[in-house]
Amino acid sequence: MKLRWVFAAIAAAALIAAPFALKTYGVYLLSMWAVMSIAAVGLNLTLGYAGQISLAQGAFVGIGAYTAAILTTHGWPLPVAFVLGPLLCFVVGWLLGYPALRVQHHYLAFVTLAFSTLVFLILRNEEWLTRGIYGISGIPRPNVLGFAMKDPRPFYFFCLATTLVVALFAWWIVRSPWGRAFMALRENPVRAASLGVDTRRYTLMAFAIGSALGGIAGVLYAPLVQFIDPSPFALGLSLNLLLMVIAGGSGYFLGPFVGAFVSVLLPEWLRFTEGLYLMSYAVFVMVLVAFCPTGLIGVGERIAAAFARRRAGAATAAQDAVAR
Amino acid sequence: MTPVLDVRAITKRFGGINAVDGVSFEVHKGEILGLIGPNGSGKSTLFNCILGQLQPTSGEVRVDGTPITGMRPSDLNRLGIGRTFQLLQVFPQLSVRENLILAGQEHQGSMARRLFGPRDAGLTASADRMIDFFRLAHVASHKAGELSYGQQKLLDAAMAFMAGPRLVLLDEPAGGVNPTMLVDLRERLRAINASDAATFVVIEHNMEFVMSLCTRILVLAEGRIIAQGPPEEVRNDPGVIAAYLGK
Repeated sequence: MKLRWVFAAIAAAALIAAPFALKTYGVYLLSMWAVMSIAAVGLNLTLGYAGQISLAQGAFVGIGAYTAAILTTHGWPLPVAFVLGPLLCFVVGWLLGYPALRVQHHYLAFVTLAFSTLVFLILRNEEWLTRGIYGISGIPRPNVLGFAMKDPRPFYFFCLATTLVVALFAWWIVRSPWGRAFMALRENPVRAASLGVDTRRYTLMAFAIGSALGGIAGVLYAPLVQFIDPSPFALGLSLNLLLMVIAGGSGYFLGPFVGAFVSVLLPEWLRFTEGLYLMSYAVFVMVLVAFCPTGLIGVGERIAAAFARRRAGAATAAQDAVAR
Repeated sequence: MTPVLDVRAITKRFGGINAVDGVSFEVHKGEILGLIGPNGSGKSTLFNCILGQLQPTSGEVRVDGTPITGMRPSDLNRLGIGRTFQLLQVFPQLSVRENLILAGQEHQGSMARRLFGPRDAGLTASADRMIDFFRLAHVASHKAGELSYGQQKLLDAAMAFMAGPRLVLLDEPAGGVNPTMLVDLRERLRAINASDAATFVVIEHNMEFVMSLCTRILVLAEGRIIAQGPPEEVRNDPGVIAAYLGK
């Protein structure tokens, strides 16, 4: 238990100190990690806790990003986008939940995949709103409490703070009766219903809340990259977010943070292998998913349990020795 | 007096087969009704029709005089009707205590209140009472999936009683439970029945268990009721013996 707080303190210190040691691109990558963590936390609620597969989380990041881009380039302040973006995603996510009341697993994956494609097509084709393939440029970075976020470092801290708020919110949900109902939904929906759990409403809620968090990630994404076009929000992003949740540890609170770290930063670190870097990343992911389906957090837990056992074993051995 | 459970001419047809064929019976407050019959006689299908898992082809179900036919399982549960399933149904990744808290939480307040209201509202305390009552205290913090089969079966039953239901339908509570634990389970069920005047309907293949627990037995064969009465009477009924052993 104590060890956990030591780890948390080290991680917090590293996240605060890192931008002072990194160049602009490094700070940008860390900011991207923070943004993707938020989207992955949302997907972890929908998939990891409530057990509803979604291949559309990237589309919600897109909806959030376009909401922020359109509003801020028309002179609205970013906080308005922070309200409207997630709200829009909440409503659309709620509606996307309806198919989940009828179909499950890979069928549901296909429904959400179709939705993802639909959003991409809207972003690309509705030029009057989104400017299509030309994209939206010159997205301003906000001033927060009088501080300009123009430079990478302050904007990174803004992303980090938002991630912290989202993490606390997710923790609050997961530890509430709703979190318990979500897990019951994942493990046995028929039994859950027989115990009074309104499985329909909880399924819709799981989709809506998870999607709203995807929207928050999008609202941060737009001012981070300052230029958006439809291509980053195609199916690839949804698959990548799914990978983050699975590789980090689906249904573990810290899973998405670790998964986003692996997905955003590992390919960069593997660049020294030059032409092989994407291939080695692919191999790493295949090995991880094949041998540890519970993800990196699951591996960590297993190691911790093994240590605890060894310590307990050593203690009993010592007692035996004393008894003898 | 209005019966707690009033089943009127329930029929469930699958294609050309009448799985349940015009079954009517009443269960009165405080009764423990046993439902027996050979495999495939329609017992579980009848349960599923009563509890909203299946829509009956025709017929009506009333609980305390209120028609409940076609209502959703979660709504029925919140009306005070609990159940267990034939196959074990606990939430393996949740702890024993969490399983029980879940079984109680949806019976308090609205969905919004469960998120924004007080987090516990006495649920942990009543879960712990249930844990003591079913003698699961030594495993209360374990994940349900780590328990022995018999212990999971006890937890499964405990969950059905967590919200203090007026009517509980138990589908083979004794299946796969060892004899010592079986005596325990029977005593628990009797105690709940006596203290809360809760009404039970029990599907069971273990004859000794069902005969010693129930106040009245209903025998189903090929979707129809072929006999009913006190345990001794049913045990010696030639029609029942023929249905079980063949003619």
